[in-house]
Amino acid sequence: MAHHVLHMPITEEQVRALRIGDTVTLEDTLFGIRDATQIHMFDHGRRTKFDLHGHAVIHTAPNLRKVERSGTNHSGYEPVCIGTTTSDRMERFTRPLMEREGVRIIIGKGGLRDGSLDAFRDLGGAYLAVVGGAAALETTWVQAVEDVDLDDLNPESLYKFSIKGFGPLLVAMDAHGGSLYAAVNAEAARRRQAVLEKLGAS
Amino acid sequence: MTLMTKPGVEPLRVEPEAIEEAAKLLYIRACKVLPDDIKEGFTRLDATETDATAKTILATMIENIGVAERMDNLLCQDTGIPIFNVLIGRNVQVDGWALKEAIAKGTARATREHPLRSSVVHPITRKNEHTSCGERVPVINIDFTDAERELRLEMIPKGSGSENGSFLQMLIPADGVAAVKRFVVDRVIQAGGKVCPPTIVGVGVGGTSDLCMHLAKVAATRPLGSHCTDAEGAKLEAELSEAVNCLGIGPQGLGGDSTAFAVHVETAATHITMNPVAVNIQCHSARRASATFTPDGIRIGF
Repeated sequence: MAHHVLHMPITEEQVRALRIGDTVTLEDTLFGIRDATQIHMFDHGRRTKFDLHGHAVIHTAPNLRKVERSGTNHSGYEPVCIGTTTSDRMERFTRPLMEREGVRIIIGKGGLRDGSLDAFRDLGGAYLAVVGGAAALETTWVQAVEDVDLDDLNPESLYKFSIKGFGPLLVAMDAHGGSLYAAVNAEAARRRQAVLEKLGAS
Repeated sequence: MTLMTKPGVEPLRVEPEAIEEAAKLLYIRACKVLPDDIKEGFTRLDATETDATAKTILATMIENIGVAERMDNLLCQDTGIPIFNVLIGRNVQVDGWALKEAIAKGTARATREHPLRSSVVHPITRKNEHTSCGERVPVINIDFTDAERELRLEMIPKGSGSENGSFLQMLIPADGVAAVKRFVVDRVIQAGGKVCPPTIVGVGVGGTSDLCMHLAKVAATRPLGSHCTDAEGAKLEAELSEAVNCLGIGPQGLGGDSTAFAVHVETAATHITMNPVAVNIQCHSARRASATFTPDGIRIGF
């Protein structure tokens, strides 16, 4: 159960070193992505100006305040509250995100499915769990909304966040076929019968 | 009969401006401050949790409640679908149409003026008006109570991760209550970590399909520690509360004992041929806020 501090972007070797149960703190850069962002990128063929190779994306749609653009703030936004949404809806975008855009890490809550686990193994990637619904805390790890793309989709634009000490996050799916969610789901299925028997409902 | 009010008693008149201000205030407050019963729920789960990862996750959730209050920030980034319950007592005078307009105005102002993320879009075009409003949204439920000269406005920002954990099954009488129990257990397994556990699992039993689903929402959003007023429903919620926490799903679906704060059940009479059951889930950020209007003024609470 190692702890890793990763300055983004990272290499395939670095992501393959992560094992389920490890913890990770991210530094420097993180991209925010969501349903509409990926529907437009992969179903409607839109491309982003950002180079996502080696980077981490987080399943999010933030609360932001509009501000004047400045030398370091190219987005025109500052964070109000940035948190994490349920990943499962975006399952089918994992492989194209990795294949076409070069993404190495997906951060979210609730986990992804077997297709994503295969993509992590085939292409070198990992899923890091953040505690969903703990957005006030998560916002303290975000320094700025540095830049934005596909902003007609607001609040589901593609955001570039500048981050400091983003974590600890839990490696919940790794590049070696490990998934904490699969283990928990299998255990729940195993316990189901005894639970139903006790309820007189088997 | 032409009398509109009881003779000799001045009715409580609630002006739309007051409703609008309250709607705005409640939306923002609900997003920032968790009710005491939910905080106590966390303390209770934390005391009994045996899994190390689950303990860490619960600690982070509890830390987040403090950070939100200290920094005057939102607990969760999901501002939800705004739901307002309007409970109108006896001898209350209110312009119903103006009340509905005032709730939407207050919601839109909270969204623009705080600002809050507008999480509401057209269901087909997916267009976001950036007001948290749209056709039939905010969801407004109006009911009547026997409270004398009192109007209560309850606000619930219902997060989508847990709202997507909504299920209805039109079971039949031959399936019995055993099938109702199986349905609840299986839907909790299916929802897993996607609904942001620990949750309040709301269960509707009986009624029509739409009433059954509504009962599940009422159950999911009522305070922890409250019980179903129907004795059979209360028995069911005690049994199911224990059962779902034996599945090992745990906080965030990463394993542990704390899958749900509680299972809440609401019941309604149903047809001789029907046995409907519905599940609606509330996430751990089980947010609520309320304003109670009386002749003495406005009381803000949960």
